Amino acid sequence: MSDTHAQTAAYVRESMIGQSAPPTGQSGAIRWMRENLFSGVTNTILTLVSIYVIWVIVSHLFPWFANSIWRADSLTQCREIRDATVGADAPAACFAVIVDRWQQLVFGFYPQDKYWRPVLALVVFLAAIAPILFQSLPRKALWFSAAAPFLLFFLLWGGSVWLPVCVALGFVIGAVAYRLLVASAGTLTATLAAIVLPLLYWLFLAGPLDAALTAVAPVGLEYVQSKDFGGFTLSFIIGVAGIALSLPLGILLALGRQSHLFIIKMISVGFIEVIRGVPLIVWLFTASLLLNYFLPPGTNFDLMLRVIIMVTLFSAAYIAEVVRGGLAALPKGQYEGADSLGLDYWQSMRLVILPQALKISIPGIVNTFIGLFKDTTLVVFIGLLDPIGLTNAIRASTDWNGVYWELFIFVGLMFFIACFSMGRYSLFLEKKLQREHR
Amino acid sequence: MSSATDAPRASFRLSQLIYDTRYRSITIQVIALILLIAAFWWLINNTVQNLAMLGKDFDFSFLGARAGYDINQMLIPYDNSMTHGRAALVGILNTLLVAFMGCVTATVIGVFVGVLRLSKNWVVSRLMAVYVEGFRNVPLLLWIVLIFALMTESTPQPRDFREGGSASLLFGDSVAITNRGVFIPMPTWGDGAAILGIVLVVSLIAAFLYRRYAKKVLFDTGRLLPMTWPALAIAIVPTVLVYLAFSFTTGGVRMQLMGAEATEGQSVAAYAEANGPLSVCMPEGTIKLNMQRMLRANDIRYTEKDFATEEGAVQAFRNGACNLVSVPAASVAAFTEGTDLAVAPLAETSPRGKPLEFEKPVLGGFNFEGGVQVRNSLIALWLALSLYTGAFIAEIVRAGILSVSKGQSEAAFALGLRPNRTMNLIILPQALRVIIPPLISQFLNLTKNSSLAIAVGYMDVRATLGGITINQTGRELEGMLLLGMFYLTLSLVISGAMNVYNSSTRLKER
Repeated sequence: MSDTHAQTAAYVRESMIGQSAPPTGQSGAIRWMRENLFSGVTNTILTLVSIYVIWVIVSHLFPWFANSIWRADSLTQCREIRDATVGADAPAACFAVIVDRWQQLVFGFYPQDKYWRPVLALVVFLAAIAPILFQSLPRKALWFSAAAPFLLFFLLWGGSVWLPVCVALGFVIGAVAYRLLVASAGTLTATLAAIVLPLLYWLFLAGPLDAALTAVAPVGLEYVQSKDFGGFTLSFIIGVAGIALSLPLGILLALGRQSHLFIIKMISVGFIEVIRGVPLIVWLFTASLLLNYFLPPGTNFDLMLRVIIMVTLFSAAYIAEVVRGGLAALPKGQYEGADSLGLDYWQSMRLVILPQALKISIPGIVNTFIGLFKDTTLVVFIGLLDPIGLTNAIRASTDWNGVYWELFIFVGLMFFIACFSMGRYSLFLEKKLQREHR
Repeated sequence: MSSATDAPRASFRLSQLIYDTRYRSITIQVIALILLIAAFWWLINNTVQNLAMLGKDFDFSFLGARAGYDINQMLIPYDNSMTHGRAALVGILNTLLVAFMGCVTATVIGVFVGVLRLSKNWVVSRLMAVYVEGFRNVPLLLWIVLIFALMTESTPQPRDFREGGSASLLFGDSVAITNRGVFIPMPTWGDGAAILGIVLVVSLIAAFLYRRYAKKVLFDTGRLLPMTWPALAIAIVPTVLVYLAFSFTTGGVRMQLMGAEATEGQSVAAYAEANGPLSVCMPEGTIKLNMQRMLRANDIRYTEKDFATEEGAVQAFRNGACNLVSVPAASVAAFTEGTDLAVAPLAETSPRGKPLEFEKPVLGGFNFEGGVQVRNSLIALWLALSLYTGAFIAEIVRAGILSVSKGQSEAAFALGLRPNRTMNLIILPQALRVIIPPLISQFLNLTKNSSLAIAVGYMDVRATLGGITINQTGRELEGMLLLGMFYLTLSLVISGAMNVYNSSTRLKER
């Protein structure tokens, strides 16, 4: 008899079984599906219902897209092509309308031979916005961004090149005055000078200067009227101008609302609440119907400019509320810390408070911008031709009477791309600026 | 700021107004005030000048003038002989109607989608993400126009509902979706409807009080009374009982159809043949509804004369305004004796009707008749507003639920609370504190966005007061001012209520 375990026990495994793959139900796709899609009765029902919904949508839309027709001159022709190729009554999208009219949807009634100008303007805009959005680009490029608004104005509207130059000169005068005075006369005087001098210049000097320069050197592009703007160009101009102008105004309003100065606070609160309490469409009607009452008799200025002003004021009020949230969310210690360092109000705001408050408010600010961009479609009701208004105009022609979905899809998709990328950028910025919990 | 140790000098120098922080704030405020007053003065002065130049005055008396235009949807009686003020009120009610409907649906959609977006189920959460992103990133106006186009272009015409047509009614022949709008059953009130309503209100209050009592008992003694089912029972059972009681008593009473110059027991069809065109005196409510049904079942053509009460209908019949009327079967004898006319009961009777019955839409000559026509403009606006705002609410709900840290639910489980109760007692109260304020602001947005009714021609306050009234009277300034004031008041009231709620639920901190 041996004492070894192997001989005393009835059965002892002498060799290990090689590893085998887990059962099919416990690995890979099947396991994932069991855990994520069919983990319980409710979950299974939800999955089946969602799949059914997806199936209904896809089964209705897929043939429509698959049969889509891209080359035709009218809806009737589209239908003829459909009847000839896929058979009568088969669902078929007629995207030929987009091919035929995309220029109108994008540029409105902008003169056809000058399409290069808005296109170039878009390129300039992208080049100008890039250094603002992405910190990794060279900082020197910001000078180009500062000059871009004037260049964009010149490209889009045309006219004499000296007008934007003369307007820009006002800002230069302000900056120079501030630089020269800040050392000798103090911040307050310098700031006042930087505001008053350019105003005086614009009121009394800029006009004659522009006229004189134009007379001496008539350089310029052909003037394009505001009423010729339309489509996505119009949405883009109103949206971008509104965004660029409303952010500083909104921040000022938010600071005013948080201010200890009673009257400043009351003015800010009143402005914000009145603007926010009334729908944008009512403000747009006010701009188009009533503005002439409020301005000196005989004044009449561009409808597009009025719209830009209204949209700016409107979204500034919303941004003010968002920024106020950011300001309120900062711990009191930050304000007290800035004070204890001996910073004055604007210094503490610029160096300590606003960088933190704005960081907190980024999602809200971008949401407001997205809202503003979407709201540019409302200008259709006061007679400007935004993309949705143009779909009506296109449908009004005999060629394309009855085309709905293709146009809506195109317009919706363009807006979706613009707004969705804005949202993604805000996520990116939020992540990049996040300092905690790294 | 607070570190000044030397005593303030007694003498005041002018430069202190700029350089001394104590006075500078006053200087700035005074300057701001002067600028503000100047700006207002400038605006008002310009307005006065402009009005004078146009030969207009500033006066609201146009609100009392005859409107002269029709409104296609009204919740209160209105016709074009009424005033602009009344038209504005109709518009306000229409705005509030679509805003209320939108808020309710958007909340339901938002909560549903927000919760599902957090689901571990991949398909469901992706689907919800697509919905949210799709609606959030496309202008509301486009959705409104798109849904309106869907409703008018892709729905069947009323004639498609005829036999052999391609369309059919939904939900047991009660709802018709057509390109002229959606036709839904109209509730009609019968005997005892008022009592039924009172019972419902009282039992809802009772249910609410019971819940409060149960909560008080829970907090005072720790004893947990069942809450949901008893409260539900208190709210529903009495109403159902009253409804059934009325249905079996007065609801069972037959109304005998009486014909002038009729022979007793004649069928209504024979009577119609003998006596020419029929006109029927009908009281409002379920009696009328059931008479209509009975006459329609017999294929009778008739003209209808409506009266508010049964007595009114009978009186009109006695005066010869019509040749058919119906009276309760029990009082037929009294009725025939009490009149000089030759009156006799016909063969047909109809039930008096239950306290609440529904009048279904029926296909008439060119369109559906009966029921309520919900216009496509309302449907498109309502759906688009709900779906659009629902996407935003879904994000709010999701953020609210995510804001409650996981430790809270784990602690609740550790205390032995079941998932249901954990949700009700731990998660929801904390999530709601985060959810409610932005939710209210979404409701406000929805209400303001309802002014996009202009895109589909829905007659809201912008279309009546701020549209047709302005065009007809030329009072842009006054009209827009009133319109703005309406929206502003609405916003301020709602946000004021929200602030009260906020301060009552805020965490108490230093």
